[in-house]
Amino acid sequence: MIKLIGVQKEYDNGTKALKGVDLQINDGEFVFLVGPSGSGKSTILKLITAEVAPTSGSLRVNGYNLNTIRPRQVPYMRRTLGVIFQDFRLIEKKTVYENLAFAMRAIGATQRDIRKRAPYVLELVGLAGKEDNFPSELSGGEQQRVAVARALVNNPIMIVADEPTGNLDPQRSLEIMTLLERINTLGTTVLVVTHEKDLVNRFSKRVVAIESGRVISDGMGGYYNEETEV
Amino acid sequence: MKKQRFDIGFYLSEGAKSIFTHGFMSFASVCMIVACLLIMGSFSLVALNLNDMLGTLERENEFRAYIDESLTEEEARALKSTLEAIPNVDSVTFITREEARAQFVENREGETAALWDELPDEALRHRYSIHVVDIEQLQSTVAEVEKVPGVAKINAALEVAQGFVIVRNVASAVAIILVVILVVISLFIISNTIKLATFNRREEIAILKMCGATDSFIRWPFIFEGLILGLFGAVAAFFLEWGVYGLIGRAIESSDTIQLITLIPYTQMAPMVLAIFAGTGFVIGVLGSVLAIRKFLQV
Repeated sequence: MIKLIGVQKEYDNGTKALKGVDLQINDGEFVFLVGPSGSGKSTILKLITAEVAPTSGSLRVNGYNLNTIRPRQVPYMRRTLGVIFQDFRLIEKKTVYENLAFAMRAIGATQRDIRKRAPYVLELVGLAGKEDNFPSELSGGEQQRVAVARALVNNPIMIVADEPTGNLDPQRSLEIMTLLERINTLGTTVLVVTHEKDLVNRFSKRVVAIESGRVISDGMGGYYNEETEV
Repeated sequence: MKKQRFDIGFYLSEGAKSIFTHGFMSFASVCMIVACLLIMGSFSLVALNLNDMLGTLERENEFRAYIDESLTEEEARALKSTLEAIPNVDSVTFITREEARAQFVENREGETAALWDELPDEALRHRYSIHVVDIEQLQSTVAEVEKVPGVAKINAALEVAQGFVIVRNVASAVAIILVVILVVISLFIISNTIKLATFNRREEIAILKMCGATDSFIRWPFIFEGLILGLFGAVAAFFLEWGVYGLIGRAIESSDTIQLITLIPYTQMAPMVLAIFAGTGFVIGVLGSVLAIRKFLQV
């Protein structure tokens, strides 16, 4: 579960990215976080992944209090999250299987665990048979599937996706979003940051809209709904 | 919170794999380590040889104590134990006036030897040749010897001794300062070379951090990589240094002017050189890696 109460974030250069955000995402939810560029979406993600600390307000992520978290606890908090990036961020010199194995190794998994888990996850994301391919040999959609598999492989409580379809065509975008929806039905919480209105409107999910560092709407349905304005 | 186990096999294999994956940067790092160790090693060996030569010259340095003419040979010989008891005196050799005369004449053989044939034994005094342990304390030792009753005069090359001491101290100080400067420069260069290699992998580090990898999990493969590169560079530098040293030795041997200089054989210093190179390679490899990735771990 993620809980932000009155969270403010001001960067060193004086930019006020968040001006008092209240947001709660419960376990098992599928949430779209939408808003224009510079609205504060990425800052919320950075706060959740502990890349930056809030200036004020309370922030809890999957049982960890990020206001008081010690640096050596951060990796363990991050293990409860699976992060997906717009630009995939795969290790180019490793095969699909090795990318997954490396992510599992990072949290101390044994070879036996890896041999058992990695093929299952690749099957789940529709990449069975691509284990030995390098990222450069795959299409954009397939690369993002590898990134989804990597986010999923350590069995996180929550998947956090930052513009996961930003580099994909509409058909591949729909496939990735459908895949995330499927993962959600299997019990993993999913938070997707996007500004693709059409895509959001195709799914009937909770949509949190943010603008100028404030939550301006929160409710079920489309990209921006005046009825759900807060 | 499950604690990450230390998987040395994994870290070692990842470090070794990375050397080949990033072949060019690994090659550049090894070249830097070899170059730094060669410069440092060559300078240290020169300093070591210089110190050895000075040591030999120091050991050969002696002074003479002339005994009063009024003392008989037996009385003069009896002073030996008194002289030996003086601090810093290493050895004492008694030379009778007859032996002194013979030496004197011998030294002038071929020149005007015939002139000295008539020189009576009594013309010279009984004397002691005295070697000291530490040339730096020569002056105080000479003063002590002068106080011994029966000692008439001292002939000691105090200025020469002082010169040796100054040369040795300056050489040691310069060697230490230069080696320290070279170590710091080497560390800086190695660190930057590894930083350059690491810069290409900052994305990899960021991904691992987002996956929940601890800093030590990320750091260890880099440390093993640095360690392997450092040790490899050290072994390469050791053999190259051997070659360079041999060349210098042969050049000295074939020279007309400096062939009297005897270099310490490399094989005699080899274990020490290898140990120092390996130690330095280890330190600059590991420390260079640690310093280089420190910045990228702050995600």
